[in-house]
Amino acid sequence: MYTKDDEKYFILDAHVALWDARPENQRNIHGKQFIDCFYDYHRNLSPESEVWPYEEYLYQGGERLMRDLFTHGYVDHAIFQPALLSAFYNNGFGQTEEAFALAQRHPDKLTYNHCWDPRFEQAGLDQLKRDAERFGLKGVKLYTAEWQGDSRGYKLDDPWSYRYLETCQELGIRNIHIHKGPTIRPLDRDAFDVADIDKVATDFTDLNIIVEHCGLPRLEDFCWIATQEPNVHAGLAVAMPFIHSRPRYFAQIIGELLYWLDEDRIQFSSDYAIWTPKWLVEHFVDFRIPEDMTEYAPLTTAQKKKILGLNAAKMYDIDVPAECRLPGEDSAGSRTEAMAVA
Amino acid sequence: MRAAVNEQVAAVFADSAPDTDVLERAREALGTVVDPELDESITDLGFVRSMDVADGELVVHLRLPTSFCAPNFAYLMASDAKDALLALGMPVTVRLDDHHDSEIINRGLAADAGYRGTFGDEADEDLDELRLTFRRKAHTAAMERALTRYLRAHPDLPEEGLYDVTLGDLPDDDATRALLRHRCTLGLPTGDDRPALVGRNGEPCAQEDVPWRLRVARSLRVSMDGNAHFCRGLLRTRYPDSAADQLPRAFQEKVS
Repeated sequence: MYTKDDEKYFILDAHVALWDARPENQRNIHGKQFIDCFYDYHRNLSPESEVWPYEEYLYQGGERLMRDLFTHGYVDHAIFQPALLSAFYNNGFGQTEEAFALAQRHPDKLTYNHCWDPRFEQAGLDQLKRDAERFGLKGVKLYTAEWQGDSRGYKLDDPWSYRYLETCQELGIRNIHIHKGPTIRPLDRDAFDVADIDKVATDFTDLNIIVEHCGLPRLEDFCWIATQEPNVHAGLAVAMPFIHSRPRYFAQIIGELLYWLDEDRIQFSSDYAIWTPKWLVEHFVDFRIPEDMTEYAPLTTAQKKKILGLNAAKMYDIDVPAECRLPGEDSAGSRTEAMAVA
Repeated sequence: MRAAVNEQVAAVFADSAPDTDVLERAREALGTVVDPELDESITDLGFVRSMDVADGELVVHLRLPTSFCAPNFAYLMASDAKDALLALGMPVTVRLDDHHDSEIINRGLAADAGYRGTFGDEADEDLDELRLTFRRKAHTAAMERALTRYLRAHPDLPEEGLYDVTLGDLPDDDATRALLRHRCTLGLPTGDDRPALVGRNGEPCAQEDVPWRLRVARSLRVSMDGNAHFCRGLLRTRYPDSAADQLPRAFQEKVS
């Protein structure tokens, strides 16, 4: 929880990771390239005081994660969104067993989402059913640019993707987090294109489709889809840290999202351990849309509370203390009947 | 084919123009090569890592903000760079450094293998559609910049009023010139009597759709400008010496 000016904010960090990118776990040069790319994101967009040494960045471990998120970072609940990257790391990038064990020890603080890859076809589908039971999955994280054999990515509207999504429906896995990355066959078109998300959102209206980093670098395509598909949500991973280095650009992203979506479909995340939540939460609560940007409405305290935690808490049925709720909201952030008709 | 031409001209070139002159012309040629996603030249972005003349051959190294920049765009820029430099009439080697596909792309460039020859199974036809998509986006962003500037200069004009604004009404400034340049590239009309605000493919727009069209264009411009900040910043983080090569992004209002 974060308190400022007598306002209490429930903080749900909707995208965190526990990774191991140490040299002994790197399968090849791409393992080093990948973590170096993350480290450059981290160094480029963090305030100087928040930059970690490279060695610490390679692996943070559970104890540090708990400290960075919950002791120092104001976070009330966080959701693991793992990327396996088995083509780059011997024992995977996201540490499934370590993260799940941590979530079992702290069920009030951590939710473990797992991942699937439609290119494993039937075997992967069977695995998904076992994973759903073992992990008690409410959500999954999909990284569409994951390399697998000769393939360097998949689309969400591939036939096997559809079978996996149908299985998610059957298993009650309602929250599908999608991270679009650049390499996908064929290379003829824009691999960041989000058209397949549009199709999936239309065909699976009972699933929540959360597009991480709000479709960046294709914010415009994302906004266009999200405005038409009410089950499409924006995850703020990667967009958040611009609040420090490029506050006017951050204002424009938030302004566009609030215009095209609405305040109920935007979720905060630090993308830990790329960034840490403490400074992001502090900056966001203080943030104002610059006055000269008359094309955007001001950002209200209620909107900030929704984005920082209430929206994702509602999606994941996570209990919110009464003092952090908005007037007329029940424990999981839903509007009560009385307010809905008022 | 190109290799044969290269050999013929190499002998002539080896002891003619001094290197500094060649390098100046090489930089000029590279200035015509554009990153399609950011609509900026690779020289202004700092993507040119080095240029050298050795044994009568021009050797250019390119660098990008991350190892995982999209390989299709990486290839487009590198092959455009080679094409632009070959016009100088001397043997040319272009190499892309530190990318996950450096090996594939550099091999393809050295062999003049083309897009399909470079990427093999991963390529279907060509990159023309990709190029066109991003030229249209660049045009839309240029249009939004010119029209938002016009609206700020005419505070009493409602957004709907842009329906009657023609290219001839726009001031003769850098934003308008950029818009006209993009219209030419796409083969769209540029006459003074033409509407300034059009749809993504250049089609006219109904009056009631004008505010919405402007918002669509704005989300695109915000996205493109934001990507430019991110890519430029990442390049400086990855290669600190690139800061000196980067020119400020055109039309940028204050950003921080």
